[in-house]
Amino acid sequence: MEEKTILERLRQAFPTGIRESGTSLGDEVVVIDKEILLPVAAYLKDGPGDFKILLDLTCVDFPGREPRFEMVYHFFSLSRNRRLRVKAQVSEGELRIASLTSLWRNADWLEREVYDLFGVQFEGHPDLRRLFMYDGFEGHPLRKDYPLRRRQPLIHLKE
Amino acid sequence: MPTRIQKQARPDTMLLNMGPSHPAMHGTIRIMLELDGERILNSEVEVGYLHRGFEKTCENRTYFNLLPYTDRLNYVSPLINNVGYVMTVEKMLGVKVPERAQYIRVIMSELSRISDHLTCLAAMAMECGAFTAFLYKMKAREFLWDVIEQTTGARMTTSYIRIGGVRADLHPDFDAVLKKGVEETRLVLKDVHGLLDKNKIFLNRTRDVGIMSREDALAFGWTGPCLRSTGVSYDVRKAQPYLVYDRLNWEVPLGERGDNFDRYMVRMKEMEQSLRIIEQAAVRIPGSSPDLTAEGLPPAQAIKESRRRRVRRGIALSPNLEGSEEARYRDILAADRGFVVPPKEETYTTIEGLIDHFKFFMRGHGLRPPQGEVYFAVEGGNGELGFYIVSDGTDRPYRLHLRAPCFHIVAALEQLIRGRYVADVIPTFGSMNMIGGELDR
Repeated sequence: MEEKTILERLRQAFPTGIRESGTSLGDEVVVIDKEILLPVAAYLKDGPGDFKILLDLTCVDFPGREPRFEMVYHFFSLSRNRRLRVKAQVSEGELRIASLTSLWRNADWLEREVYDLFGVQFEGHPDLRRLFMYDGFEGHPLRKDYPLRRRQPLIHLKE
Repeated sequence: MPTRIQKQARPDTMLLNMGPSHPAMHGTIRIMLELDGERILNSEVEVGYLHRGFEKTCENRTYFNLLPYTDRLNYVSPLINNVGYVMTVEKMLGVKVPERAQYIRVIMSELSRISDHLTCLAAMAMECGAFTAFLYKMKAREFLWDVIEQTTGARMTTSYIRIGGVRADLHPDFDAVLKKGVEETRLVLKDVHGLLDKNKIFLNRTRDVGIMSREDALAFGWTGPCLRSTGVSYDVRKAQPYLVYDRLNWEVPLGERGDNFDRYMVRMKEMEQSLRIIEQAAVRIPGSSPDLTAEGLPPAQAIKESRRRRVRRGIALSPNLEGSEEARYRDILAADRGFVVPPKEETYTTIEGLIDHFKFFMRGHGLRPPQGEVYFAVEGGNGELGFYIVSDGTDRPYRLHLRAPCFHIVAALEQLIRGRYVADVIPTFGSMNMIGGELDR
Protein backbone atom coordinates (compact mmCIF):
# COMPACT_ATOMS: atom_id res chain seq x y z
CA MET A 1 0.00 0.00 0.00
CA GLU A 2 2.72 2.34 0.96
CA GLU A 3 4.63 1.75 -2.22
CA LYS A 4 1.74 3.14 -4.18
CA THR A 5 1.82 6.31 -2.21
CA ILE A 6 5.34 7.31 -3.17
CA LEU A 7 4.51 6.97 -6.84
CA GLU A 8 1.18 8.72 -6.28
CA ARG A 9 2.80 11.47 -4.31
CA LEU A 10 5.30 12.01 -7.08
CA ARG A 11 2.46 12.26 -9.55
CA GLN A 12 0.69 14.78 -7.33
CA ALA A 13 3.78 16.89 -6.79
CA PHE A 14 4.74 16.86 -10.47
CA PRO A 15 1.49 16.60 -12.41
CA THR A 16 2.98 17.38 -15.80
CA GLY A 17 6.45 15.88 -15.98
CA ILE A 18 5.77 12.26 -15.06
CA ARG A 19 5.33 10.10 -18.13
CA GLU A 20 4.98 6.63 -16.71
CA SER A 21 5.11 4.95 -13.37
CA GLY A 22 4.73 1.38 -12.29
CA THR A 23 6.61 -1.64 -11.12
CA SER A 24 8.84 -3.96 -13.07
CA LEU A 25 9.95 -7.25 -11.47
CA GLY A 26 9.35 -5.82 -8.04
CA ASP A 27 11.21 -2.58 -8.61
CA GLU A 28 9.37 0.72 -8.71
CA VAL A 29 10.06 2.68 -11.85
CA VAL A 30 9.23 6.25 -12.79
CA VAL A 31 9.88 7.77 -16.20
CA ILE A 32 10.10 11.55 -16.09
CA ASP A 33 10.86 14.44 -18.42
CA LYS A 34 14.49 15.37 -18.14
CA GLU A 35 13.60 19.00 -17.40
CA ILE A 36 12.18 18.12 -13.99
CA LEU A 37 15.00 15.77 -12.98
CA LEU A 38 16.56 18.14 -10.48
CA PRO A 39 13.31 19.06 -8.67
CA VAL A 40 12.23 15.42 -8.61
CA ALA A 41 15.58 14.37 -7.18
CA ALA A 42 15.41 17.09 -4.53
CA TYR A 43 11.87 16.03 -3.69
CA LEU A 44 12.91 12.42 -3.37
CA LYS A 45 15.85 13.27 -1.17
CA ASP A 46 14.20 15.67 1.25
CA GLY A 47 10.53 14.84 0.76
CA PRO A 48 8.47 12.10 2.37
CA GLY A 49 10.25 9.38 0.40
CA ASP A 50 13.48 10.01 2.29
CA PHE A 51 15.70 8.66 -0.47
CA LYS A 52 18.98 9.70 1.07
CA ILE A 53 21.28 7.50 -1.00
CA LEU A 54 21.98 7.81 -4.70
CA LEU A 55 22.81 4.18 -5.37
CA ASP A 56 23.65 4.32 -8.98
CA LEU A 57 23.51 6.40 -12.07
CA THR A 58 24.01 5.10 -15.56
CA CYS A 59 22.90 5.42 -19.13
CA VAL A 60 21.59 3.12 -21.85
CA ASP A 61 22.07 3.72 -25.55
CA PHE A 62 19.26 2.87 -27.98
CA PRO A 63 20.50 3.83 -31.44
CA GLY A 64 17.68 4.32 -33.89
CA ARG A 65 15.22 5.19 -31.20
CA GLU A 66 14.25 8.76 -30.51
CA PRO A 67 15.25 9.98 -27.95
CA ARG A 68 18.37 7.88 -28.17
CA PHE A 69 19.74 7.87 -24.63
CA GLU A 70 18.06 6.89 -21.42
CA MET A 71 19.50 7.99 -18.09
CA VAL A 72 18.80 5.55 -15.25
CA TYR A 73 18.99 6.59 -11.60
CA HIS A 74 18.64 4.28 -8.64
CA PHE A 75 17.74 5.80 -5.30
CA PHE A 76 17.59 4.07 -1.97
CA SER A 77 15.65 5.03 1.13
CA LEU A 78 17.12 3.75 4.37
CA SER A 79 14.11 4.50 6.51
CA ARG A 80 11.70 2.81 4.12
CA ASN A 81 14.14 0.16 2.94
CA ARG A 82 13.14 0.62 -0.66
CA ARG A 83 14.76 1.30 -3.99
CA LEU A 84 13.36 3.51 -6.70
CA ARG A 85 14.40 3.70 -10.32
CA VAL A 86 13.99 6.99 -12.14
CA LYS A 87 14.51 7.18 -15.86
CA ALA A 88 14.77 10.21 -18.11
CA GLN A 89 15.26 10.25 -21.84
CA VAL A 90 17.83 12.41 -23.56
CA SER A 91 17.91 12.93 -27.31
CA GLU A 92 21.10 12.86 -29.32
CA GLY A 93 20.52 16.36 -30.67
CA GLU A 94 20.36 17.87 -27.22
CA LEU A 95 22.65 15.64 -25.23
CA ARG A 96 22.49 17.33 -21.86
CA ILE A 97 20.78 16.78 -18.54
CA ALA A 98 20.92 18.44 -15.14
CA SER A 99 23.69 17.36 -12.81
CA LEU A 100 22.90 15.93 -9.38
CA THR A 101 26.22 16.99 -7.87
CA SER A 102 24.50 19.64 -5.78
CA LEU A 103 22.48 16.95 -3.98
CA TRP A 104 24.75 13.89 -3.81
CA ARG A 105 28.51 13.95 -3.69
CA ASN A 106 29.03 10.65 -5.49
CA ALA A 107 27.17 12.03 -8.51
CA ASP A 108 30.46 13.74 -9.31
CA TRP A 109 32.31 10.58 -10.34
CA LEU A 110 29.21 8.78 -11.61
CA GLU A 111 28.42 11.60 -14.02
CA ARG A 112 32.02 11.80 -15.12
CA GLU A 113 31.84 8.10 -15.92
CA VAL A 114 28.67 8.52 -17.99
CA TYR A 115 30.17 11.52 -19.74
CA ASP A 116 33.28 9.48 -20.49
CA LEU A 117 31.54 6.37 -21.78
CA PHE A 118 28.43 7.87 -23.40
CA GLY A 119 29.17 11.53 -24.01
CA VAL A 120 26.21 12.92 -22.08
CA GLN A 121 26.79 16.49 -20.88
CA PHE A 122 25.78 17.34 -17.33
CA GLU A 123 24.74 20.93 -16.72
CA GLY A 124 26.06 22.24 -13.47
CA HIS A 125 28.78 19.65 -12.99
CA PRO A 126 31.82 21.45 -11.55
CA ASP A 127 34.52 19.50 -13.32
CA LEU A 128 33.21 17.40 -16.18
CA ARG A 129 36.03 15.39 -17.74
CA ARG A 130 36.80 11.80 -18.56
CA LEU A 131 37.14 9.39 -15.67
CA PHE A 132 38.37 6.05 -17.03
CA MET A 133 39.68 6.96 -20.47
CA TYR A 134 42.59 9.29 -21.01
CA ASP A 135 42.39 12.84 -22.30
CA GLY A 136 42.37 12.81 -26.06
CA PHE A 137 40.47 9.52 -26.38
CA GLU A 138 38.17 9.70 -29.36
CA GLY A 139 34.53 8.69 -29.09
CA HIS A 140 32.55 7.14 -26.27
CA PRO A 141 33.15 3.42 -25.90
CA LEU A 142 29.87 2.25 -24.41
CA ARG A 143 27.81 3.64 -27.25
CA LYS A 144 26.46 0.89 -29.42
CA ASP A 145 28.09 2.34 -32.55
CA TYR A 146 31.57 2.19 -31.03
CA PRO A 147 33.19 -0.99 -32.42
CA LEU A 148 34.05 -3.65 -29.88
CA ARG A 149 37.57 -4.18 -31.16
CA ARG A 150 38.57 -0.65 -32.05
CA ARG A 151 41.98 0.16 -30.62
CA GLN A 152 43.27 3.55 -29.66
CA PRO A 153 46.71 3.08 -28.16
CA LEU A 154 47.93 6.06 -26.25
CA ILE A 155 51.48 5.46 -27.36
CA HIS A 156 52.66 4.35 -30.77
CA LEU A 157 52.82 0.56 -30.93
CA LYS A 158 55.59 -1.19 -32.82
CA GLU A 159 54.40 -3.46 -35.60
CA MET B 1 33.73 20.73 -4.09
CA PRO B 2 37.32 19.76 -4.77
CA THR B 3 39.19 21.83 -7.25
CA ARG B 4 41.49 20.39 -9.82
CA ILE B 5 45.17 20.69 -9.01
CA GLN B 6 46.82 23.40 -11.04
CA LYS B 7 50.48 23.09 -11.79
CA GLN B 8 51.47 26.55 -10.70
CA ALA B 9 48.59 27.28 -8.38
CA ARG B 10 50.59 28.13 -5.30
CA PRO B 11 54.29 28.84 -5.58
CA ASP B 12 55.25 27.55 -2.14
CA THR B 13 53.65 24.11 -2.42
CA MET B 14 54.98 20.85 -3.75
CA LEU B 15 53.21 18.40 -6.03
CA LEU B 16 53.72 14.72 -5.29
CA ASN B 17 52.52 11.67 -7.18
CA MET B 18 51.44 8.62 -5.23
CA GLY B 19 51.03 5.85 -7.71
CA PRO B 20 49.97 4.59 -10.16
CA SER B 21 52.68 2.12 -9.18
CA HIS B 22 53.22 2.39 -5.48
CA PRO B 23 53.47 -0.40 -2.90
CA ALA B 24 50.60 1.05 -0.89
CA MET B 25 48.30 1.69 -3.84
CA HIS B 26 46.60 -1.69 -4.09
CA GLY B 27 46.16 -2.24 -7.76
CA THR B 28 46.79 0.86 -9.75
CA ILE B 29 45.44 4.22 -8.78
CA ARG B 30 47.11 7.58 -8.83
CA ILE B 31 46.79 10.20 -6.14
CA MET B 32 48.26 13.60 -6.90
CA LEU B 33 48.98 15.50 -3.73
CA GLU B 34 49.58 19.19 -3.32
CA LEU B 35 51.69 19.48 -0.20
CA ASP B 36 52.66 22.18 2.18
CA GLY B 37 55.48 20.41 3.92
CA GLU B 38 53.87 17.13 4.99
CA ARG B 39 50.35 18.51 5.05
CA ILE B 40 47.98 17.78 2.19
CA LEU B 41 46.35 20.95 0.90
CA ASN B 42 44.64 19.43 -2.06
CA SER B 43 44.55 16.12 -3.83
CA GLU B 44 43.24 14.55 -6.95
CA VAL B 45 42.49 10.87 -7.42
CA GLU B 46 42.86 9.43 -10.89
CA VAL B 47 41.34 6.04 -11.66
CA GLY B 48 40.92 3.99 -14.80
CA TYR B 49 44.27 2.24 -15.00
CA LEU B 50 42.53 -1.12 -14.83
CA HIS B 51 39.61 -0.28 -17.09
CA ARG B 52 39.05 -3.35 -19.24
CA GLY B 53 35.69 -2.52 -20.75
CA PHE B 54 33.82 -5.07 -18.65
CA GLU B 55 30.40 -3.68 -19.51
CA LYS B 56 31.13 -3.43 -23.23
CA THR B 57 32.49 -6.98 -23.29
CA CYS B 58 29.42 -8.32 -21.51
CA GLU B 59 27.11 -6.78 -24.08
CA ASN B 60 28.81 -8.98 -26.65
CA ARG B 61 28.72 -12.25 -24.72
CA THR B 62 25.84 -14.57 -23.97
CA TYR B 63 24.42 -14.71 -20.46
CA PHE B 64 26.16 -18.02 -19.90
CA ASN B 65 29.49 -16.99 -21.42
CA LEU B 66 30.05 -13.81 -19.49
CA LEU B 67 30.10 -15.48 -16.10
CA PRO B 68 33.92 -15.79 -15.94
CA TYR B 69 34.25 -12.05 -16.48
CA THR B 70 32.41 -11.45 -13.23
CA ASP B 71 35.13 -13.39 -11.38
CA ARG B 72 37.52 -10.65 -12.32
CA LEU B 73 35.56 -7.78 -10.83
CA ASN B 74 36.29 -8.02 -7.15
CA TYR B 75 39.04 -10.57 -7.55
CA VAL B 76 39.39 -11.11 -3.81
CA SER B 77 35.84 -12.41 -3.42
CA PRO B 78 34.90 -13.76 -6.86
CA LEU B 79 32.14 -16.01 -5.57
CA ILE B 80 30.07 -13.09 -4.35
CA ASN B 81 30.32 -11.51 -7.80
CA ASN B 82 29.12 -14.79 -9.30
CA VAL B 83 26.18 -14.86 -6.90
CA GLY B 84 25.27 -11.26 -7.66
CA TYR B 85 25.29 -11.69 -11.40
CA VAL B 86 23.62 -15.08 -11.41
CA MET B 87 20.81 -14.00 -9.10
CA THR B 88 20.14 -10.95 -11.25
CA VAL B 89 19.64 -13.16 -14.28
CA GLU B 90 17.57 -15.59 -12.23
CA LYS B 91 15.35 -12.75 -11.13
CA MET B 92 14.71 -11.95 -14.79
CA LEU B 93 14.12 -15.56 -15.76
CA GLY B 94 12.18 -16.50 -12.65
CA VAL B 95 14.26 -19.60 -11.88
CA LYS B 96 13.71 -21.48 -8.67
CA VAL B 97 16.95 -22.68 -7.11
CA PRO B 98 17.08 -25.86 -4.98
CA GLU B 99 17.57 -25.32 -1.29
CA ARG B 100 20.86 -27.16 -1.09
CA ALA B 101 22.29 -24.92 -3.79
CA GLN B 102 21.12 -21.86 -1.84
CA TYR B 103 22.94 -23.02 1.26
CA ILE B 104 26.06 -23.74 -0.78
CA ARG B 105 25.87 -20.22 -2.17
CA VAL B 106 25.60 -18.75 1.30
CA ILE B 107 28.60 -20.72 2.57
CA MET B 108 30.67 -19.79 -0.45
CA SER B 109 29.68 -16.11 -0.20
CA GLU B 110 30.68 -15.93 3.42
CA LEU B 111 33.98 -17.71 2.85
CA SER B 112 34.70 -15.13 0.16
CA ARG B 113 33.64 -12.29 2.41
CA ILE B 114 36.05 -13.40 5.11
CA SER B 115 38.91 -13.72 2.65
CA ASP B 116 38.02 -10.30 1.27
CA HIS B 117 38.12 -8.69 4.70
CA LEU B 118 41.27 -10.60 5.62
CA THR B 119 43.04 -9.32 2.52
CA CYS B 120 41.97 -5.76 3.14
CA LEU B 121 43.00 -5.73 6.77
CA ALA B 122 46.21 -7.64 6.10
CA ALA B 123 47.34 -5.07 3.57
CA MET B 124 46.27 -2.22 5.81
CA ALA B 125 48.17 -3.62 8.79
CA MET B 126 51.25 -4.34 6.73
CA GLU B 127 51.36 -0.81 5.41
CA CYS B 128 51.25 0.43 8.96
CA GLY B 129 54.25 -1.79 9.73
CA ALA B 130 52.44 -4.73 11.32
CA PHE B 131 53.94 -7.45 9.22
CA THR B 132 53.10 -10.21 11.68
CA ALA B 133 49.40 -9.52 11.44
CA PHE B 134 49.73 -9.58 7.66
CA LEU B 135 51.26 -13.06 7.67
CA TYR B 136 48.72 -14.41 10.14
CA LYS B 137 45.83 -13.20 8.05
CA MET B 138 47.33 -14.57 4.88
CA LYS B 139 47.63 -17.90 6.64
CA ALA B 140 43.94 -17.89 7.54
CA ARG B 141 43.08 -16.97 3.98
CA GLU B 142 44.99 -19.98 2.72
CA PHE B 143 42.86 -22.29 4.83
CA LEU B 144 39.68 -20.71 3.52
CA TRP B 145 40.88 -20.91 -0.04
CA ASP B 146 41.62 -24.58 0.49
CA VAL B 147 37.93 -25.04 1.20
CA ILE B 148 36.97 -23.09 -1.89
CA GLU B 149 39.53 -24.80 -4.08
CA GLN B 150 38.48 -28.26 -3.00
CA THR B 151 34.91 -27.79 -4.12
CA THR B 152 35.15 -25.27 -6.96
CA GLY B 153 38.44 -26.41 -8.43
CA ALA B 154 39.97 -22.94 -8.40
CA ARG B 155 41.24 -20.52 -5.82
CA MET B 156 40.26 -17.22 -7.30
CA THR B 157 38.62 -17.37 -10.72
CA THR B 158 36.02 -19.89 -9.74
CA SER B 159 32.95 -19.38 -11.99
CA TYR B 160 31.35 -21.87 -9.64
CA ILE B 161 27.92 -20.35 -9.11
CA ARG B 162 25.83 -21.02 -12.19
CA ILE B 163 22.47 -19.79 -13.36
CA GLY B 164 19.99 -22.15 -11.72
CA GLY B 165 22.30 -23.42 -9.02
CA VAL B 166 25.98 -24.23 -8.63
CA ARG B 167 28.46 -26.03 -10.83
CA ALA B 168 29.08 -29.09 -8.67
CA ASP B 169 28.11 -30.57 -5.38
CA LEU B 170 30.27 -30.14 -2.32
CA HIS B 171 33.34 -32.30 -2.08
CA PRO B 172 32.87 -35.45 0.08
CA ASP B 173 35.48 -34.17 2.54
CA PHE B 174 34.02 -30.71 2.62
CA ASP B 175 32.95 -30.75 6.26
CA ALA B 176 36.37 -31.70 7.58
CA VAL B 177 38.22 -29.08 5.56
CA LEU B 178 35.64 -26.44 6.41
CA LYS B 179 35.92 -27.21 10.09
CA LYS B 180 39.68 -26.80 9.95
CA GLY B 181 39.36 -23.56 8.01
CA VAL B 182 36.89 -22.11 10.50
CA GLU B 183 39.00 -23.14 13.49
CA GLU B 184 42.18 -21.68 12.05
CA THR B 185 40.44 -18.46 11.12
CA ARG B 186 39.06 -18.11 14.65
CA LEU B 187 42.55 -18.51 16.08
CA VAL B 188 43.97 -15.96 13.67
CA LEU B 189 41.25 -13.47 14.47
CA LYS B 190 42.02 -13.84 18.15
CA ASP B 191 45.73 -13.34 17.50
CA VAL B 192 45.12 -10.30 15.34
CA HIS B 193 42.83 -8.76 17.93
CA GLY B 194 45.64 -9.21 20.42
CA LEU B 195 48.25 -7.78 18.10
CA LEU B 196 46.46 -4.72 16.83
CA ASP B 197 43.55 -3.63 19.04
CA LYS B 198 45.67 -1.93 21.67
CA ASN B 199 48.79 -1.49 19.64
CA LYS B 200 49.90 2.09 20.12
CA ILE B 201 51.44 2.51 16.68
CA PHE B 202 48.38 1.09 14.98
CA LEU B 203 46.02 3.17 17.11
CA ASN B 204 47.94 6.37 16.44
CA ARG B 205 47.69 5.86 12.75
CA THR B 206 44.06 4.79 12.61
CA ARG B 207 42.14 6.26 15.55
CA ASP B 208 40.50 9.56 14.57
CA VAL B 209 42.17 9.49 11.18
CA GLY B 210 40.05 9.58 8.06
CA ILE B 211 36.83 10.36 9.88
CA MET B 212 33.67 10.12 7.81
CA SER B 213 30.48 11.60 9.16
CA ARG B 214 27.23 9.73 8.80
CA GLU B 215 25.73 12.40 6.54
CA ASP B 216 28.73 12.47 4.25
CA ALA B 217 28.82 8.70 4.03
CA LEU B 218 25.22 8.71 2.83
CA ALA B 219 25.84 11.58 0.44
CA PHE B 220 28.71 9.65 -1.08
CA GLY B 221 26.58 6.54 -1.48
CA TRP B 222 28.74 4.45 0.85
CA THR B 223 27.52 0.97 1.65
CA GLY B 224 28.94 -2.08 3.34
CA PRO B 225 31.43 -2.12 6.23
CA CYS B 226 32.52 1.45 5.53
CA LEU B 227 28.97 2.77 5.94
CA ARG B 228 28.36 0.61 8.99
CA SER B 229 31.52 1.98 10.60
CA THR B 230 29.75 5.35 10.75
CA GLY B 231 26.87 3.80 12.67
CA VAL B 232 24.31 3.32 9.91
CA SER B 233 22.83 -0.13 10.04
CA TYR B 234 22.39 -1.11 6.44
CA ASP B 235 23.29 -4.55 5.22
CA VAL B 236 21.64 -5.93 2.10
CA ARG B 237 21.58 -9.38 3.69
CA LYS B 238 19.37 -8.04 6.49
CA ALA B 239 17.49 -5.30 4.67
CA GLN B 240 16.42 -7.32 1.64
CA PRO B 241 17.26 -10.90 2.56
CA TYR B 242 18.14 -13.13 -0.35
CA LEU B 243 19.05 -16.83 -0.43
CA VAL B 244 18.59 -18.20 3.10
CA TYR B 245 20.10 -15.36 5.12
CA ASP B 246 16.82 -14.69 6.90
CA ARG B 247 16.82 -18.21 8.35
CA LEU B 248 20.21 -17.84 10.05
CA ASN B 249 21.09 -16.02 13.25
CA TRP B 250 23.65 -13.29 12.96
CA GLU B 251 24.15 -9.64 13.75
CA VAL B 252 25.26 -6.53 11.94
CA PRO B 253 28.28 -5.01 13.72
CA LEU B 254 28.37 -1.24 13.78
CA GLY B 255 31.01 1.40 14.43
CA GLU B 256 30.62 4.79 16.03
CA ARG B 257 33.12 7.30 14.78
CA GLY B 258 33.62 6.29 11.16
CA ASP B 259 37.41 6.53 11.37
CA ASN B 260 39.99 4.06 10.10
CA PHE B 261 39.97 2.11 13.34
CA ASP B 262 36.21 1.66 13.21
CA ARG B 263 36.45 0.42 9.66
CA TYR B 264 39.06 -2.09 10.83
CA MET B 265 36.94 -3.12 13.81
CA VAL B 266 33.72 -3.53 11.84
CA ARG B 267 35.49 -5.80 9.38
CA MET B 268 36.97 -7.86 12.20
CA LYS B 269 33.59 -8.32 13.84
CA GLU B 270 31.93 -9.03 10.54
CA MET B 271 34.29 -11.92 9.95
CA GLU B 272 33.17 -13.44 13.22
CA GLN B 273 29.55 -13.10 12.13
CA SER B 274 30.39 -14.69 8.80
CA LEU B 275 31.93 -17.63 10.63
CA ARG B 276 28.72 -17.95 12.58
CA ILE B 277 26.72 -17.97 9.36
CA ILE B 278 28.98 -20.61 7.85
CA GLU B 279 28.71 -22.87 10.88
CA GLN B 280 24.93 -22.66 10.97
CA ALA B 281 24.58 -23.14 7.25
CA ALA B 282 26.91 -26.13 7.27
CA VAL B 283 24.68 -27.81 9.83
CA ARG B 284 21.34 -26.94 8.29
CA ILE B 285 22.22 -27.65 4.69
CA PRO B 286 19.93 -30.35 3.30
CA GLY B 287 21.83 -33.54 2.52
CA SER B 288 22.49 -34.56 -1.03
CA SER B 289 20.57 -37.46 -2.47
CA PRO B 290 22.25 -40.85 -2.25
CA ASP B 291 24.47 -41.58 -5.16
CA LEU B 292 22.46 -43.43 -7.78
CA THR B 293 25.19 -44.06 -10.27
CA ALA B 294 27.08 -47.32 -10.35
CA GLU B 295 30.63 -47.63 -9.17
CA GLY B 296 33.35 -47.95 -11.60
CA LEU B 297 34.68 -46.72 -14.82
CA PRO B 298 36.65 -43.54 -15.52
CA PRO B 299 34.67 -40.92 -17.48
CA ALA B 300 36.06 -41.47 -20.97
CA GLN B 301 35.69 -45.21 -20.75
CA ALA B 302 32.21 -45.00 -19.32
CA ILE B 303 31.07 -42.82 -22.18
CA LYS B 304 32.65 -45.14 -24.74
CA GLU B 305 31.08 -48.11 -23.07
CA SER B 306 27.63 -46.63 -23.09
CA ARG B 307 27.94 -45.77 -26.79
CA ARG B 308 28.99 -49.27 -27.68
CA ARG B 309 26.19 -50.95 -25.89
CA ARG B 310 23.55 -48.53 -27.02
CA VAL B 311 21.86 -48.71 -23.69
CA ARG B 312 21.91 -46.22 -20.90
CA ARG B 313 23.62 -47.56 -17.90
CA GLY B 314 24.82 -45.85 -14.84
CA ILE B 315 28.00 -44.00 -15.51
CA ALA B 316 30.08 -43.22 -12.46
CA LEU B 317 31.89 -40.00 -12.97
CA SER B 318 33.68 -37.93 -10.44
CA PRO B 319 31.42 -36.63 -7.73
CA ASN B 320 32.95 -33.26 -8.28
CA LEU B 321 34.13 -31.33 -11.25
CA GLU B 322 35.60 -33.77 -13.69
CA GLY B 323 32.60 -34.58 -15.74
CA SER B 324 28.98 -34.79 -15.05
CA GLU B 325 26.83 -35.73 -12.16
CA GLU B 326 23.31 -36.30 -13.27
CA ALA B 327 22.46 -37.87 -9.95
CA ARG B 328 23.24 -34.66 -8.12
CA TYR B 329 21.51 -32.33 -10.52
CA ARG B 330 18.25 -32.14 -8.65
CA ASP B 331 20.06 -31.11 -5.47
CA ILE B 332 22.13 -28.32 -6.88
CA LEU B 333 20.57 -27.13 -10.13
CA ALA B 334 17.18 -25.86 -11.12
CA ALA B 335 14.73 -28.41 -12.45
CA ASP B 336 13.99 -26.50 -15.62
CA ARG B 337 16.13 -27.92 -18.40
CA GLY B 338 16.13 -24.74 -20.44
CA PHE B 339 18.13 -22.82 -17.86
CA VAL B 340 20.96 -25.22 -17.07
CA VAL B 341 23.51 -27.17 -19.05
CA PRO B 342 22.13 -30.71 -19.44
CA PRO B 343 24.10 -33.45 -17.71
CA LYS B 344 26.85 -35.01 -19.79
CA GLU B 345 25.46 -38.50 -19.37
CA GLU B 346 22.39 -37.42 -21.24
CA THR B 347 24.23 -35.38 -23.82
CA TYR B 348 26.42 -38.30 -24.80
CA THR B 349 23.87 -41.07 -24.64
CA THR B 350 20.48 -39.74 -25.68
CA ILE B 351 19.32 -37.73 -28.63
CA GLU B 352 17.16 -35.49 -26.43
CA GLY B 353 20.14 -34.68 -24.28
CA LEU B 354 22.18 -33.80 -27.33
CA ILE B 355 19.43 -31.50 -28.59
CA ASP B 356 19.18 -29.89 -25.17
CA HIS B 357 22.91 -29.33 -25.20
CA PHE B 358 22.93 -27.74 -28.64
CA LYS B 359 19.90 -25.63 -27.84
CA PHE B 360 21.72 -24.31 -24.82
CA PHE B 361 24.93 -23.37 -26.55
CA MET B 362 23.85 -22.52 -30.09
CA ARG B 363 24.04 -18.90 -31.15
CA GLY B 364 20.69 -17.22 -30.79
CA HIS B 365 19.34 -19.92 -28.49
CA GLY B 366 20.29 -20.57 -24.92
CA LEU B 367 19.22 -18.30 -22.11
CA ARG B 368 16.93 -15.60 -23.37
CA PRO B 369 15.36 -13.57 -20.58
CA PRO B 370 12.21 -11.69 -21.50
CA GLN B 371 12.45 -8.06 -22.52
CA GLY B 372 12.81 -5.72 -19.63
CA GLU B 373 15.24 -4.46 -17.09
CA VAL B 374 16.21 -5.56 -13.64
CA TYR B 375 18.32 -4.38 -10.75
CA PHE B 376 19.43 -6.78 -8.10
CA ALA B 377 21.96 -6.32 -5.34
CA VAL B 378 23.81 -8.59 -2.96
CA GLU B 379 26.07 -7.66 -0.09
CA GLY B 380 29.57 -7.80 -1.52
CA GLY B 381 32.79 -7.55 0.41
CA ASN B 382 32.70 -3.77 0.10
CA GLY B 383 28.99 -3.13 0.18
CA GLU B 384 26.01 -3.24 -2.09
CA LEU B 385 27.08 -5.02 -5.26
CA GLY B 386 24.32 -4.37 -7.75
CA PHE B 387 23.79 -5.48 -11.30
CA TYR B 388 21.52 -3.56 -13.66
CA ILE B 389 20.69 -5.57 -16.75
CA VAL B 390 18.58 -4.48 -19.70
CA SER B 391 17.37 -7.35 -21.84
CA ASP B 392 16.03 -7.02 -25.37
CA GLY B 393 14.90 -10.63 -25.52
CA THR B 394 18.03 -11.98 -27.22
CA ASP B 395 20.69 -14.25 -25.73
CA ARG B 396 23.01 -11.36 -24.88
CA PRO B 397 22.39 -8.59 -22.37
CA TYR B 398 21.57 -5.35 -24.15
CA ARG B 399 23.21 -3.41 -21.37
CA LEU B 400 24.87 -4.64 -18.21
CA HIS B 401 25.93 -2.16 -15.58
CA LEU B 402 27.67 -2.93 -12.35
CA ARG B 403 27.12 -0.87 -9.25
CA ALA B 404 30.59 -1.21 -7.79
CA PRO B 405 30.60 -0.49 -4.05
CA CYS B 406 34.18 0.70 -3.83
CA PHE B 407 33.66 3.20 -6.65
CA HIS B 408 31.59 5.32 -4.27
CA ILE B 409 33.97 4.77 -1.39
CA VAL B 410 37.12 5.77 -3.25
CA ALA B 411 35.30 8.84 -4.58
CA ALA B 412 35.40 10.17 -1.01
CA LEU B 413 39.15 9.70 -0.61
CA GLU B 414 40.00 13.27 -1.58
CA GLN B 415 37.83 14.58 1.19
CA LEU B 416 39.15 12.19 3.83
CA ILE B 417 42.80 13.06 3.34
CA ARG B 418 42.47 16.81 2.92
CA GLY B 419 44.35 18.61 5.67
CA ARG B 420 45.99 15.43 6.92
CA TYR B 421 49.60 14.27 6.63
CA VAL B 422 51.02 12.19 3.82
CA ALA B 423 51.41 9.22 6.16
CA ASP B 424 47.66 9.28 6.86
CA VAL B 425 46.90 8.51 3.25
CA ILE B 426 48.20 4.96 3.68
CA PRO B 427 45.90 3.65 6.46
CA THR B 428 42.96 5.67 5.15
CA PHE B 429 43.30 4.26 1.70
CA GLY B 430 44.00 0.80 3.11
CA SER B 431 40.84 0.79 5.21
CA MET B 432 38.71 1.57 2.15
CA ASN B 433 39.57 -1.72 0.48
CA MET B 434 39.84 -0.37 -3.01
CA ILE B 435 39.72 -3.20 -5.55
CA GLY B 436 40.89 -2.15 -8.99
CA GLY B 437 38.91 -4.70 -10.94
CA GLU B 438 35.65 -3.57 -9.41
CA LEU B 439 36.42 0.14 -9.39
CA ASP B 440 37.57 0.49 -12.99
CA ARG B 441 35.64 -2.43 -14.44
